[in-house]
Amino acid sequence: MSRGGAIRRPRGGLLLLVALLLLVVAIIASFGTGPLKVAPGTVLHVIGAQLGLADPAGLSQRDLSVVWNLRIPRALLGALVGAALAMAGASLQGLFGNPLADPGIVGVTQGASLGAVGAIVLGATALGAWTIPVAAFLGGGAATTLIYLLARAGAARGTATLLLVGIAVGAGCSAAIGFFTYIANDTQLQSLVFWQMGSLAQADWRDLGAALPVFVVGTLALLRLATPLDMLALGERQAQHIGLDVRRTRIALIALSALLVGAAVAFAGSVAFVGLVVPHFVRLLAGPAHRWLLPLSGVLGALLIVIADTAARTLDPPSEIPLGLFSAALGAPFFLWLVMRKAPRGGAA
Amino acid sequence: MSAPLMALEQAGLRIDNRAILDGIDLRFEAATLTALVGPNGAGKSTLLGLLAGDHAPTSGRVSLGGRPLHAWNARALARERAVMLQEHAVRFSFSVEEVVAMGRLPHPPDPAADAALVARAMAIADVSHLAPRDVQTLSGGEAARTVFARVLAQATPVLLLDEPTAALDLRHQETLLRRARELADAGACVVVVLHDLNLAAGYADRIVMLADGQVAADGSPREVLTQATIERVYRQPVRVIAHPTRDVPLVVTADA
Repeated sequence: MSRGGAIRRPRGGLLLLVALLLLVVAIIASFGTGPLKVAPGTVLHVIGAQLGLADPAGLSQRDLSVVWNLRIPRALLGALVGAALAMAGASLQGLFGNPLADPGIVGVTQGASLGAVGAIVLGATALGAWTIPVAAFLGGGAATTLIYLLARAGAARGTATLLLVGIAVGAGCSAAIGFFTYIANDTQLQSLVFWQMGSLAQADWRDLGAALPVFVVGTLALLRLATPLDMLALGERQAQHIGLDVRRTRIALIALSALLVGAAVAFAGSVAFVGLVVPHFVRLLAGPAHRWLLPLSGVLGALLIVIADTAARTLDPPSEIPLGLFSAALGAPFFLWLVMRKAPRGGAA
Repeated sequence: MSAPLMALEQAGLRIDNRAILDGIDLRFEAATLTALVGPNGAGKSTLLGLLAGDHAPTSGRVSLGGRPLHAWNARALARERAVMLQEHAVRFSFSVEEVVAMGRLPHPPDPAADAALVARAMAIADVSHLAPRDVQTLSGGEAARTVFARVLAQATPVLLLDEPTAALDLRHQETLLRRARELADAGACVVVVLHDLNLAAGYADRIVMLADGQVAADGSPREVLTQATIERVYRQPVRVIAHPTRDVPLVVTADA
């Protein structure tokens, strides 16, 4: 941000193109990277063979299985999760008018986790494979609504109110998760650990197929709210004065953020801080206009998770560092820096 | 469309069983600049909020062009009336020009015409030189003028301004109200909340003086700004004298 100077903005379209290119490179590189190195030529061979474009002869079963069954769905799912979290972060920040709103910090992730954990422990199967994603969505939506109502009600709904309400809602959800963990049996306990850590280790093609429509619908719908999000930056009354139906926009933003965070939590557990770090970085790079902020956040969020997850499964073979640990180690100092930087301007962001 | 006209009919607002406004009957015509004045807590900003549609009245009716406000959709309403509040904080680092351009959003997009209107609005509000500046780094007065430019860019027949001059220096106070005056002369219906009775006297066609949520006086500046009325409503001794250069009354505080 310029300090009193003029704002100079690079072209959003060019940035988006570069970011997309980087993402494609990172995804393809991740196919060959890991405890088992696979040469780029072999990776292409595997993909070609699976798509029926190349002769599978000469491929080892191990390369084929690792690249096709494990790494490709994992990298693609990671990209979807990263894009969803970053875009949900950007839209929550727009909704709350506060750059510190992150799904993990304000309690939305905890709400979604509670939904997922509750569904696992109570053995809910009403919706088949969709049960856990739907439960995560409902939990995230309930938490977002609650936080929104509470954080807005206070006369001074500045950063402090939002963070305090987020802490309270997050703590409430954590307590409930603790209770479910307490009554869970051993099999359920194993699944629960997965939610707490945040990991893409269980990603497969079936997950990817289930996740894809949710993420596509959620992100496309959010992109359509770019202008309303810009208007909300003026304040809710002012946004209404320039023609925004604030009530409808609020509901849409809450629902879509909960949908994306819920889906991310359902498929990857809780991965914190992506929604905070990425949009903030993009604002420094391309400015606050949501027309570019949303898509750039999506692509860079995907890039961040693909790189972090590749590192998580490569650095300490044969075991894996949990992805959530990575994102927290990166995000926590960044969050502190943001809070300290904001402090001199007073609580109101 | 015919000249939009705002009307409050027996409008009242109660919050926690306390009447903030009570039985307000006012009509606002086109081509008129009306100043809303009154002591602290009289209900001026709340009345403006009723006109803006921010609060629904708990009794009575508020309408624009004969239609109650709640029957308007937000975007259509934003093409008819623009609002300047006292709070100008913008949440992210948009540039001044980007904020002013948001005034065009309720209208169907027309890039060339919009750019011209935005440039003109910034020139009139004296913020052209600030166009690329980060709005979060502006002074209070610069921020207020930026919002005024956004309101101008909205190009509506009704303008509602809540203490637009509060953060402005002497020259910019006069300039802003002169612009508002010109808009009224060109046919706009302008309603301005003002603290400074002399600014009201200098630029308004009509002054509505509120006290305790009710209309205490309503008329031309000369009719409303009398020693007796001001002393009764404000409980402060004053003298009303002739303005040395303008043909308007001048209110000065006096000792008991």
